[in-house]
Amino acid sequence: MDRFLFLTFGGLSTGAVYAAFALALVLIWRAARLVNFAQGAMAVATAYVGYAVASATGSYWLGLGAAVLAGLLLGALVERVLMRFVGHANPLNEVIVALGLVLLIQAVLGMVFGNGYRPAAAPFDTDALTLGGVAALSPYDLWVLGAVLVVVVLLALLFTRTPIGLRMRAAAFAPEVSRLLGVDVSRMLTLGWALAAAVGALAGMLVVPTGLGLHPHAMDLVFVVAFTAAVVGGLDSPAGAVVGGLLVGLILSYVTGYLGPDTTPLAVLVLLLAVLLVRPGGLFSSAKARHV
Amino acid sequence: MTAVLEVEAVSAGYGPVPVLRDVTFEVPAGTIAAVLGANGAGKTTLLRTLSGLLRPTGGRVRFDGADLRGVRVERLVRRGLAHVPEGRGVVAELTVEENLRLGGLWRSDRVDARRAQDEVYELFPPLARRRRHAGHQLSGGERQMLALGRALIARPRLLLLDEPSLGLAPKVTAQIMALLRRLCDERGLTVLLVEQNVRSALSVADQGVVMSLGRVVTAAPAGRLRDDDQLRHAYLGF
Repeated sequence: MDRFLFLTFGGLSTGAVYAAFALALVLIWRAARLVNFAQGAMAVATAYVGYAVASATGSYWLGLGAAVLAGLLLGALVERVLMRFVGHANPLNEVIVALGLVLLIQAVLGMVFGNGYRPAAAPFDTDALTLGGVAALSPYDLWVLGAVLVVVVLLALLFTRTPIGLRMRAAAFAPEVSRLLGVDVSRMLTLGWALAAAVGALAGMLVVPTGLGLHPHAMDLVFVVAFTAAVVGGLDSPAGAVVGGLLVGLILSYVTGYLGPDTTPLAVLVLLLAVLLVRPGGLFSSAKARHV
Repeated sequence: MTAVLEVEAVSAGYGPVPVLRDVTFEVPAGTIAAVLGANGAGKTTLLRTLSGLLRPTGGRVRFDGADLRGVRVERLVRRGLAHVPEGRGVVAELTVEENLRLGGLWRSDRVDARRAQDEVYELFPPLARRRRHAGHQLSGGERQMLALGRALIARPRLLLLDEPSLGLAPKVTAQIMALLRRLCDERGLTVLLVEQNVRSALSVADQGVVMSLGRVVTAAPAGRLRDDDQLRHAYLGF
Protein backbone atom coordinates (compact mmCIF):
# COMPACT_ATOMS: atom_id res chain seq x y z
CA MET A 1 0.00 0.00 0.00
CA ASP A 2 2.86 2.37 0.88
CA ARG A 3 4.44 1.58 -2.43
CA PHE A 4 1.17 2.28 -4.25
CA LEU A 5 0.86 5.68 -2.56
CA PHE A 6 4.48 6.49 -3.32
CA LEU A 7 3.98 5.63 -7.00
CA THR A 8 0.76 7.65 -7.08
CA PHE A 9 2.45 10.78 -5.75
CA GLY A 10 5.38 10.33 -8.09
CA GLY A 11 3.02 9.78 -11.01
CA LEU A 12 1.11 12.95 -10.26
CA SER A 13 4.31 14.98 -10.15
CA THR A 14 5.71 13.69 -13.44
CA GLY A 15 2.17 13.75 -14.83
CA ALA A 16 2.02 17.48 -14.12
CA VAL A 17 5.04 18.00 -16.37
CA TYR A 18 3.50 15.84 -19.08
CA ALA A 19 0.32 17.89 -18.68
CA ALA A 20 2.19 21.16 -19.23
CA PHE A 21 3.98 19.72 -22.21
CA ALA A 22 0.77 18.27 -23.67
CA LEU A 23 -0.84 21.68 -23.13
CA ALA A 24 1.86 23.24 -25.29
CA LEU A 25 1.07 20.74 -28.04
CA VAL A 26 -2.66 21.46 -27.74
CA LEU A 27 -2.06 25.22 -27.91
CA ILE A 28 -0.31 24.87 -31.25
CA TRP A 29 -2.80 22.30 -32.50
CA ARG A 30 -5.66 24.69 -31.77
CA ALA A 31 -3.92 27.67 -33.31
CA ALA A 32 -2.40 26.06 -36.38
CA ARG A 33 -3.91 22.56 -36.72
CA LEU A 34 -0.56 20.84 -36.62
CA VAL A 35 1.33 18.70 -34.13
CA ASN A 36 4.60 20.39 -33.34
CA PHE A 37 7.02 17.48 -33.42
CA ALA A 38 9.84 19.93 -32.70
CA GLN A 39 8.32 20.83 -29.30
CA GLY A 40 10.74 18.59 -27.39
CA ALA A 41 13.85 19.89 -29.11
CA MET A 42 12.66 23.49 -28.71
CA ALA A 43 12.12 22.90 -24.99
CA VAL A 44 15.62 21.44 -24.65
CA ALA A 45 17.11 24.45 -26.41
CA THR A 46 15.35 26.83 -24.02
CA ALA A 47 16.42 24.69 -21.04
CA TYR A 48 20.05 25.11 -22.17
CA VAL A 49 19.49 28.87 -22.23
CA GLY A 50 17.86 28.67 -18.80
CA TYR A 51 20.70 26.70 -17.21
CA ALA A 52 23.36 28.83 -18.92
CA VAL A 53 21.78 31.91 -17.36
CA ALA A 54 21.30 30.11 -14.04
CA SER A 55 24.96 29.09 -13.79
CA ALA A 56 26.17 32.52 -14.93
CA THR A 57 24.04 34.42 -12.42
CA GLY A 58 23.82 31.77 -9.72
CA SER A 59 20.06 32.14 -9.63
CA TYR A 60 17.73 29.33 -10.72
CA TRP A 61 14.86 31.79 -10.89
CA LEU A 62 16.62 34.11 -13.34
CA GLY A 63 17.40 31.01 -15.40
CA LEU A 64 13.76 29.96 -15.34
CA GLY A 65 12.68 33.41 -16.48
CA ALA A 66 15.30 33.37 -19.24
CA ALA A 67 14.10 29.95 -20.42
CA VAL A 68 10.47 31.07 -20.61
CA LEU A 69 11.48 34.24 -22.41
CA ALA A 70 13.64 32.22 -24.80
CA GLY A 71 10.59 29.99 -25.37
CA LEU A 72 8.44 32.97 -26.32
CA LEU A 73 11.05 34.19 -28.78
CA LEU A 74 11.88 30.78 -30.22
CA GLY A 75 8.19 29.95 -30.74
CA ALA A 76 7.54 33.24 -32.52
CA LEU A 77 10.68 32.80 -34.59
CA VAL A 78 9.84 29.24 -35.67
CA GLU A 79 6.38 30.35 -36.76
CA ARG A 80 7.51 33.52 -38.52
CA VAL A 81 10.48 32.22 -40.47
CA LEU A 82 9.58 28.55 -40.92
CA MET A 83 6.12 27.16 -40.29
CA ARG A 84 4.34 30.07 -41.94
CA PHE A 85 5.80 29.07 -45.29
CA VAL A 86 4.99 25.38 -45.08
CA GLY A 87 2.08 24.43 -47.32
CA HIS A 88 -0.95 22.94 -45.58
CA ALA A 89 -2.00 20.88 -48.60
CA ASN A 90 -0.33 17.78 -47.22
CA PRO A 91 -0.15 17.37 -43.41
CA LEU A 92 3.07 15.44 -43.88
CA ASN A 93 4.83 18.66 -44.98
CA GLU A 94 4.59 20.11 -41.49
CA VAL A 95 5.78 16.88 -39.88
CA ILE A 96 8.84 16.69 -42.13
CA VAL A 97 9.73 20.34 -41.54
CA ALA A 98 9.32 19.89 -37.78
CA LEU A 99 11.52 16.79 -37.78
CA GLY A 100 14.10 18.75 -39.78
CA LEU A 101 13.95 21.42 -37.12
CA VAL A 102 14.57 18.78 -34.45
CA LEU A 103 17.76 17.66 -36.23
CA LEU A 104 18.88 21.25 -36.66
CA ILE A 105 18.29 22.21 -33.03
CA GLN A 106 19.97 19.06 -31.67
CA ALA A 107 22.96 19.55 -33.96
CA VAL A 108 23.36 23.20 -32.98
CA LEU A 109 23.04 22.35 -29.27
CA GLY A 110 25.67 19.65 -29.68
CA MET A 111 28.03 22.06 -31.41
CA VAL A 112 27.58 24.84 -28.87
CA PHE A 113 27.24 22.94 -25.60
CA GLY A 114 28.58 19.49 -26.45
CA ASN A 115 26.64 16.24 -26.53
CA GLY A 116 27.44 15.13 -23.02
CA TYR A 117 25.25 15.37 -19.95
CA ARG A 118 25.41 18.65 -18.12
CA PRO A 119 24.44 19.05 -14.52
CA ALA A 120 21.08 20.67 -13.93
CA ALA A 121 20.42 21.52 -10.34
CA ALA A 122 16.94 21.51 -8.86
CA PRO A 123 15.87 24.59 -6.89
CA PHE A 124 14.36 22.44 -4.14
CA ASP A 125 15.14 19.19 -2.39
CA THR A 126 14.12 16.21 -4.52
CA ASP A 127 14.00 13.75 -1.61
CA ALA A 128 10.47 12.81 -0.69
CA LEU A 129 9.09 13.95 2.62
CA THR A 130 7.61 11.20 4.71
CA LEU A 131 4.12 11.72 5.98
CA GLY A 132 2.97 9.25 8.61
CA GLY A 133 5.56 6.71 7.54
CA VAL A 134 4.71 6.99 3.82
CA ALA A 135 7.14 8.56 1.40
CA ALA A 136 5.04 11.21 -0.28
CA LEU A 137 5.97 14.21 -2.37
CA SER A 138 9.31 15.95 -2.32
CA PRO A 139 9.51 19.75 -2.05
CA TYR A 140 10.52 19.73 -5.70
CA ASP A 141 7.39 17.73 -6.63
CA LEU A 142 5.29 20.33 -4.83
CA TRP A 143 7.00 23.11 -6.78
CA VAL A 144 6.32 21.26 -10.05
CA LEU A 145 2.64 20.72 -9.22
CA GLY A 146 2.23 24.32 -8.11
CA ALA A 147 3.97 25.78 -11.15
CA VAL A 148 1.89 23.72 -13.57
CA LEU A 149 -1.30 24.60 -11.71
CA VAL A 150 -0.49 28.30 -11.94
CA VAL A 151 0.25 28.05 -15.66
CA VAL A 152 -2.98 26.15 -16.33
CA VAL A 153 -5.04 28.71 -14.43
CA LEU A 154 -3.30 31.64 -16.13
CA LEU A 155 -3.87 30.15 -19.58
CA ALA A 156 -7.52 29.44 -18.81
CA LEU A 157 -7.99 33.05 -17.68
CA LEU A 158 -6.16 34.35 -20.73
CA PHE A 159 -8.32 32.42 -23.16
CA THR A 160 -11.71 32.87 -21.52
CA ARG A 161 -11.49 36.27 -19.84
CA THR A 162 -9.36 38.57 -21.99
CA PRO A 163 -9.91 40.22 -25.38
CA ILE A 164 -6.64 38.80 -26.69
CA GLY A 165 -7.77 35.30 -25.67
CA LEU A 166 -11.07 35.77 -27.49
CA ARG A 167 -9.17 36.93 -30.56
CA MET A 168 -6.86 33.91 -30.40
CA ARG A 169 -9.75 31.48 -30.11
CA ALA A 170 -11.71 33.14 -32.91
CA ALA A 171 -8.65 33.26 -35.17
CA ALA A 172 -8.08 29.53 -34.60
CA PHE A 173 -11.68 28.47 -35.18
CA ALA A 174 -12.63 30.80 -38.06
CA PRO A 175 -9.65 32.66 -39.51
CA GLU A 176 -11.44 34.25 -42.43
CA VAL A 177 -14.41 35.50 -40.42
CA SER A 178 -12.02 36.81 -37.78
CA ARG A 179 -10.08 38.82 -40.36
CA LEU A 180 -13.33 40.37 -41.57
CA LEU A 181 -13.99 41.38 -37.96
CA GLY A 182 -10.64 43.13 -37.70
CA VAL A 183 -8.61 40.39 -35.98
CA ASP A 184 -4.98 40.19 -37.10
CA VAL A 185 -5.04 36.42 -37.55
CA SER A 186 -1.42 36.17 -38.57
CA ARG A 187 -0.28 37.90 -35.37
CA MET A 188 -2.53 35.62 -33.30
CA LEU A 189 -0.86 32.60 -34.89
CA THR A 190 2.60 33.90 -33.96
CA LEU A 191 1.37 34.60 -30.44
CA GLY A 192 -0.05 31.06 -30.19
CA TRP A 193 3.32 29.57 -31.11
CA ALA A 194 5.13 31.87 -28.71
CA LEU A 195 2.84 30.95 -25.81
CA ALA A 196 3.05 27.24 -26.57
CA ALA A 197 6.84 27.31 -26.74
CA ALA A 198 6.99 29.25 -23.47
CA VAL A 199 4.83 26.61 -21.76
CA GLY A 200 7.06 23.97 -23.32
CA ALA A 201 10.13 25.78 -21.96
CA LEU A 202 8.66 25.75 -18.48
CA ALA A 203 7.89 22.04 -18.77
CA GLY A 204 11.45 21.45 -19.94
CA MET A 205 12.92 23.35 -16.99
CA LEU A 206 10.71 21.34 -14.64
CA VAL A 207 11.52 17.93 -16.05
CA VAL A 208 15.27 18.23 -16.65
CA PRO A 209 16.32 18.11 -12.96
CA THR A 210 14.23 14.98 -12.28
CA GLY A 211 17.02 12.56 -13.08
CA LEU A 212 16.85 13.31 -16.79
CA GLY A 213 19.91 15.52 -17.01
CA LEU A 214 20.53 18.14 -19.67
CA HIS A 215 21.61 16.90 -23.07
CA PRO A 216 20.38 17.53 -26.63
CA HIS A 217 18.09 14.46 -26.60
CA ALA A 218 16.78 14.99 -23.08
CA MET A 219 13.17 15.48 -24.14
CA ASP A 220 12.85 12.77 -26.79
CA LEU A 221 10.91 10.31 -24.66
CA VAL A 222 9.16 13.10 -22.74
CA PHE A 223 7.82 14.37 -26.05
CA VAL A 224 6.40 10.97 -26.98
CA VAL A 225 4.78 10.65 -23.56
CA ALA A 226 3.34 14.17 -23.73
CA PHE A 227 2.07 13.53 -27.24
CA THR A 228 0.35 10.42 -25.92
CA ALA A 229 -1.13 12.49 -23.10
CA ALA A 230 -2.42 15.08 -25.58
CA VAL A 231 -3.98 12.35 -27.72
CA VAL A 232 -5.53 10.72 -24.63
CA GLY A 233 -7.13 14.04 -23.74
CA GLY A 234 -8.03 14.96 -27.30
CA LEU A 235 -5.73 17.32 -29.17
CA ASP A 236 -8.40 19.99 -29.21
CA SER A 237 -8.94 20.22 -25.48
CA PRO A 238 -6.70 22.08 -22.99
CA ALA A 239 -8.57 20.45 -20.09
CA GLY A 240 -8.04 17.12 -21.80
CA ALA A 241 -4.31 17.76 -22.02
CA VAL A 242 -4.11 18.34 -18.27
CA VAL A 243 -6.17 15.28 -17.36
CA GLY A 244 -4.39 13.22 -20.02
CA GLY A 245 -1.02 14.30 -18.66
CA LEU A 246 -1.84 13.36 -15.08
CA LEU A 247 -3.43 10.09 -16.19
CA VAL A 248 -0.46 9.07 -18.31
CA GLY A 249 1.90 10.12 -15.51
CA LEU A 250 0.08 7.84 -13.08
CA ILE A 251 -0.10 4.88 -15.48
CA LEU A 252 3.59 5.12 -16.31
CA SER A 253 4.50 5.47 -12.66
CA TYR A 254 2.65 2.22 -11.84
CA VAL A 255 4.13 0.43 -14.85
CA THR A 256 7.65 1.57 -13.99
CA GLY A 257 7.17 0.81 -10.29
CA TYR A 258 5.65 -2.66 -10.64
CA LEU A 259 7.12 -3.91 -13.94
CA GLY A 260 10.44 -2.10 -14.04
CA PRO A 261 11.72 0.97 -15.89
CA ASP A 262 12.61 -1.02 -19.02
CA THR A 263 8.94 -1.40 -19.87
CA THR A 264 8.15 2.33 -19.74
CA PRO A 265 8.78 3.21 -23.41
CA LEU A 266 6.80 0.13 -24.46
CA ALA A 267 3.92 1.10 -22.16
CA VAL A 268 3.79 4.55 -23.72
CA LEU A 269 3.43 3.13 -27.20
CA VAL A 270 0.83 0.55 -26.11
CA LEU A 271 -1.17 3.34 -24.47
CA LEU A 272 -0.93 5.53 -27.56
CA LEU A 273 -2.06 2.67 -29.81
CA ALA A 274 -4.91 1.73 -27.49
CA VAL A 275 -6.27 5.28 -27.40
CA LEU A 276 -6.00 5.70 -31.15
CA LEU A 277 -7.82 2.39 -31.70
CA VAL A 278 -10.57 2.80 -29.12
CA ARG A 279 -11.16 6.51 -28.99
CA PRO A 280 -9.16 8.36 -31.65
CA GLY A 281 -10.75 11.67 -30.79
CA GLY A 282 -9.50 11.45 -27.21
CA LEU A 283 -11.44 11.54 -23.96
CA PHE A 284 -12.33 15.21 -24.22
CA SER A 285 -12.66 15.61 -27.96
CA SER A 286 -15.11 18.28 -29.01
CA ALA A 287 -15.91 16.50 -32.26
CA LYS A 288 -19.58 17.12 -31.65
CA ALA A 289 -19.11 20.85 -31.32
CA ARG A 290 -17.27 21.01 -34.60
CA HIS A 291 -19.82 18.86 -36.34
CA VAL A 292 -22.00 21.68 -37.69
CA MET B 1 -25.52 61.54 -54.61
CA THR B 2 -21.96 60.29 -54.15
CA ALA B 3 -21.09 56.66 -54.60
CA VAL B 4 -19.84 54.87 -51.48
CA LEU B 5 -18.68 51.92 -53.51
CA GLU B 6 -17.23 52.17 -57.00
CA VAL B 7 -16.28 48.98 -58.82
CA GLU B 8 -14.30 49.69 -61.98
CA ALA B 9 -13.51 46.94 -64.49
CA VAL B 10 -12.69 44.41 -61.77
CA SER B 11 -11.48 40.97 -62.78
CA ALA B 12 -10.69 38.18 -60.35
CA GLY B 13 -10.52 34.42 -60.11
CA TYR B 14 -9.02 31.38 -58.47
CA GLY B 15 -5.77 30.37 -60.10
CA PRO B 16 -5.70 30.86 -63.84
CA VAL B 17 -9.50 30.62 -64.16
CA PRO B 18 -11.16 34.04 -64.26
CA VAL B 19 -14.46 34.17 -62.40
CA LEU B 20 -15.14 37.91 -62.63
CA ARG B 21 -14.54 39.72 -65.90
CA ASP B 22 -14.58 43.46 -66.20
CA VAL B 23 -17.21 44.05 -63.52
CA THR B 24 -18.27 47.69 -63.27
CA PHE B 25 -21.02 49.29 -61.19
CA GLU B 26 -21.42 51.69 -58.32
CA VAL B 27 -23.58 51.95 -55.21
CA PRO B 28 -24.73 55.42 -54.08
CA ALA B 29 -24.68 56.28 -50.39
CA GLY B 30 -27.69 55.24 -48.36
CA THR B 31 -29.02 52.80 -50.94
CA ILE B 32 -29.38 49.05 -51.28
CA ALA B 33 -27.98 47.31 -54.33
CA ALA B 34 -28.90 43.68 -54.98
CA VAL B 35 -26.51 41.49 -56.95
CA LEU B 36 -28.63 38.89 -58.74
CA GLY B 37 -27.83 35.93 -60.91
CA ALA B 38 -27.76 32.17 -61.15
CA ASN B 39 -25.42 29.89 -59.26
CA GLY B 40 -21.90 30.30 -60.55
CA ALA B 41 -22.49 33.83 -61.82
CA GLY B 42 -19.67 35.04 -59.56
CA LYS B 43 -21.74 36.79 -56.89
CA THR B 44 -19.90 35.42 -53.87
CA THR B 45 -16.56 35.88 -55.64
CA LEU B 46 -17.51 39.51 -56.20
CA LEU B 47 -18.08 40.11 -52.47
CA ARG B 48 -14.88 38.30 -51.57
CA THR B 49 -12.97 40.47 -54.00
CA LEU B 50 -14.53 43.66 -52.67
CA SER B 51 -13.52 42.86 -49.10
CA GLY B 52 -10.02 41.84 -50.13
CA LEU B 53 -10.28 38.12 -49.28
CA LEU B 54 -9.53 37.58 -52.95
CA ARG B 55 -7.02 39.75 -54.80
CA PRO B 56 -8.38 41.23 -58.02
CA THR B 57 -6.33 40.49 -61.12
CA GLY B 58 -7.42 43.74 -62.69
CA GLY B 59 -9.48 46.84 -62.15
CA ARG B 60 -10.07 48.97 -59.11
CA VAL B 61 -12.34 49.06 -56.07
CA ARG B 62 -13.00 52.40 -54.40
CA PHE B 63 -14.64 52.79 -51.03
CA ASP B 64 -15.54 56.37 -50.12
CA GLY B 65 -13.34 57.50 -52.99
CA ALA B 66 -10.24 55.69 -51.70
CA ASP B 67 -8.62 52.86 -53.64
CA LEU B 68 -8.76 49.64 -51.62
CA ARG B 69 -5.82 48.03 -53.37
CA GLY B 70 -3.22 46.92 -50.86
CA VAL B 71 -5.48 47.54 -47.85
CA ARG B 72 -5.33 44.50 -45.55
CA VAL B 73 -8.60 42.68 -44.94
CA GLU B 74 -8.44 43.19 -41.18
CA ARG B 75 -8.17 46.97 -41.66
CA LEU B 76 -11.36 47.27 -43.71
CA VAL B 77 -13.75 47.01 -40.79
CA ARG B 78 -12.00 49.98 -39.21
CA ARG B 79 -12.74 51.99 -42.34
CA GLY B 80 -16.43 51.16 -42.14
CA LEU B 81 -16.78 48.18 -44.43
CA ALA B 82 -18.40 45.06 -42.97
CA HIS B 83 -18.73 41.77 -44.84
CA VAL B 84 -21.09 39.05 -43.65
CA PRO B 85 -19.88 35.96 -45.52
CA GLU B 86 -22.10 33.22 -46.82
CA GLY B 87 -23.50 30.70 -44.35
CA ARG B 88 -20.61 30.35 -41.93
CA GLY B 89 -20.35 33.85 -40.59
CA VAL B 90 -20.91 32.72 -36.99
CA VAL B 91 -17.99 31.25 -35.06
CA ALA B 92 -19.69 28.00 -34.01
CA GLU B 93 -17.40 27.31 -31.03
CA LEU B 94 -17.97 30.71 -29.42
CA THR B 95 -21.10 31.78 -27.56
CA VAL B 96 -23.52 34.38 -28.87
CA GLU B 97 -22.07 36.90 -26.43
CA GLU B 98 -18.49 36.13 -27.47
CA ASN B 99 -19.38 36.40 -31.16
CA LEU B 100 -20.84 39.83 -30.55
CA ARG B 101 -17.90 40.96 -28.39
CA LEU B 102 -15.56 39.83 -31.14
CA GLY B 103 -17.36 42.14 -33.55
CA GLY B 104 -16.48 45.17 -31.41
CA LEU B 105 -13.02 44.26 -30.12
CA TRP B 106 -11.18 46.50 -32.58
CA ARG B 107 -13.15 49.57 -31.51
CA SER B 108 -11.41 52.02 -29.23
CA ASP B 109 -14.75 53.49 -28.15
CA ARG B 110 -15.54 50.76 -25.60
CA VAL B 111 -18.68 52.52 -24.38
CA ASP B 112 -20.24 52.69 -27.81
CA ALA B 113 -19.16 49.11 -28.63
CA ARG B 114 -21.02 48.02 -25.51
CA ARG B 115 -24.04 50.11 -26.49
CA ALA B 116 -24.01 48.68 -30.01
CA GLN B 117 -24.04 45.20 -28.49
CA ASP B 118 -27.09 46.04 -26.39
CA GLU B 119 -28.79 47.42 -29.48
CA VAL B 120 -28.28 44.10 -31.26
CA TYR B 121 -29.99 42.30 -28.38
CA GLU B 122 -32.90 44.73 -28.63
CA LEU B 123 -33.05 44.30 -32.38
CA PHE B 124 -32.97 40.50 -32.17
CA PRO B 125 -34.61 39.34 -28.92
CA PRO B 126 -33.92 35.63 -29.64
CA LEU B 127 -30.20 36.39 -29.36
CA ALA B 128 -30.67 38.03 -25.97
CA ARG B 129 -32.33 34.85 -24.72
CA ARG B 130 -29.44 32.69 -25.96
CA ARG B 131 -26.44 34.78 -24.90
CA ARG B 132 -24.58 31.89 -23.33
CA HIS B 133 -25.35 29.36 -26.06
CA ALA B 134 -22.63 28.33 -28.47
CA GLY B 135 -22.98 29.29 -32.12
CA HIS B 136 -23.52 25.70 -33.19
CA GLN B 137 -26.61 25.45 -30.97
CA LEU B 138 -28.44 28.21 -32.83
CA SER B 139 -31.05 27.78 -35.53
CA GLY B 140 -30.34 29.01 -39.06
CA GLY B 141 -32.36 32.14 -38.48
CA GLU B 142 -30.64 32.92 -35.20
CA ARG B 143 -27.25 32.46 -36.83
CA GLN B 144 -28.15 34.89 -39.57
CA MET B 145 -29.33 37.40 -36.96
CA LEU B 146 -26.08 36.93 -35.05
CA ALA B 147 -23.89 37.40 -38.13
CA LEU B 148 -25.81 40.50 -39.16
CA GLY B 149 -25.97 41.92 -35.65
CA ARG B 150 -22.24 41.36 -35.16
CA ALA B 151 -21.54 43.28 -38.37
CA LEU B 152 -23.71 46.17 -37.15
CA ILE B 153 -21.62 46.50 -33.97
CA ALA B 154 -18.88 47.92 -36.20
CA ARG B 155 -21.36 50.69 -37.14
CA PRO B 156 -20.39 50.20 -40.79
CA ARG B 157 -21.16 52.58 -43.61
CA LEU B 158 -21.07 49.81 -46.18
CA LEU B 159 -22.45 46.34 -45.50
CA LEU B 160 -21.71 43.41 -47.84
CA LEU B 161 -24.25 40.65 -47.27
CA ASP B 162 -23.96 37.21 -48.84
CA GLU B 163 -27.28 35.36 -49.08
CA PRO B 164 -28.89 36.58 -45.88
CA SER B 165 -32.10 34.71 -46.69
CA LEU B 166 -30.43 31.32 -47.22
CA GLY B 167 -32.35 28.68 -45.29
CA LEU B 168 -34.60 31.17 -43.58
CA ALA B 169 -38.38 31.16 -43.26
CA PRO B 170 -39.99 33.77 -45.55
CA LYS B 171 -41.22 35.70 -42.52
CA VAL B 172 -37.71 36.01 -41.05
CA THR B 173 -36.35 37.00 -44.45
CA ALA B 174 -38.95 39.75 -44.72
CA GLN B 175 -37.98 41.00 -41.23
CA ILE B 176 -34.32 41.16 -42.12
CA MET B 177 -35.01 42.95 -45.40
CA ALA B 178 -37.22 45.48 -43.62
CA LEU B 179 -34.48 46.04 -41.06
CA LEU B 180 -31.92 46.72 -43.79
CA ARG B 181 -34.25 49.23 -45.41
CA ARG B 182 -34.73 50.98 -42.09
CA LEU B 183 -30.99 51.17 -41.39
CA CYS B 184 -30.43 52.71 -44.83
CA ASP B 185 -33.17 55.27 -44.44
CA GLU B 186 -32.42 56.20 -40.83
CA ARG B 187 -28.64 55.88 -40.58
CA GLY B 188 -27.49 56.26 -44.16
CA LEU B 189 -26.15 52.71 -44.29
CA THR B 190 -25.24 51.45 -47.77
CA VAL B 191 -25.86 47.79 -48.54
CA LEU B 192 -24.63 45.47 -51.24
CA LEU B 193 -26.72 42.34 -51.08
CA VAL B 194 -26.12 39.05 -52.88
CA GLU B 195 -29.30 37.06 -53.21
CA GLN B 196 -30.74 33.97 -54.85
CA ASN B 197 -34.17 35.04 -53.71
CA VAL B 198 -34.76 37.61 -56.44
CA ARG B 199 -38.23 38.70 -55.44
CA SER B 200 -37.35 39.37 -51.84
CA ALA B 201 -34.17 41.20 -52.86
CA LEU B 202 -35.90 43.41 -55.40
CA SER B 203 -38.67 44.21 -52.94
CA VAL B 204 -36.17 46.09 -50.78
CA ALA B 205 -33.37 47.13 -53.13
CA ASP B 206 -32.95 50.43 -54.97
CA GLN B 207 -30.79 48.94 -57.67
CA GLY B 208 -30.39 45.51 -59.21
CA VAL B 209 -27.06 44.39 -60.61
CA VAL B 210 -27.61 41.27 -62.72
CA MET B 211 -24.61 39.01 -63.25
CA SER B 212 -24.12 36.09 -65.57
CA LEU B 213 -20.94 34.04 -66.02
CA GLY B 214 -18.83 36.61 -64.23
CA ARG B 215 -20.04 39.67 -66.08
CA VAL B 216 -22.54 42.36 -65.25
CA VAL B 217 -25.24 41.99 -67.88
CA THR B 218 -27.36 44.85 -66.65
CA ALA B 219 -27.57 47.28 -63.77
CA ALA B 220 -30.95 48.95 -63.45
CA PRO B 221 -33.25 50.47 -60.85
CA ALA B 222 -34.90 47.68 -58.87
CA GLY B 223 -38.37 48.98 -59.78
CA ARG B 224 -37.68 48.51 -63.46
CA LEU B 225 -36.33 45.00 -63.02
CA ARG B 226 -39.42 44.17 -60.98
CA ASP B 227 -42.04 45.67 -63.26
CA ASP B 228 -40.61 45.50 -66.77
CA ASP B 229 -41.60 42.01 -67.94
CA GLN B 230 -39.21 42.06 -70.87
CA LEU B 231 -36.19 42.92 -68.74
CA ARG B 232 -37.16 40.38 -66.13
CA HIS B 233 -37.62 37.61 -68.66
CA ALA B 234 -34.39 38.43 -70.41
CA TYR B 235 -32.15 38.65 -67.37
CA LEU B 236 -33.82 36.91 -64.49
CA GLY B 237 -35.73 34.19 -66.29
CA PHE B 238 -39.13 34.50 -64.72
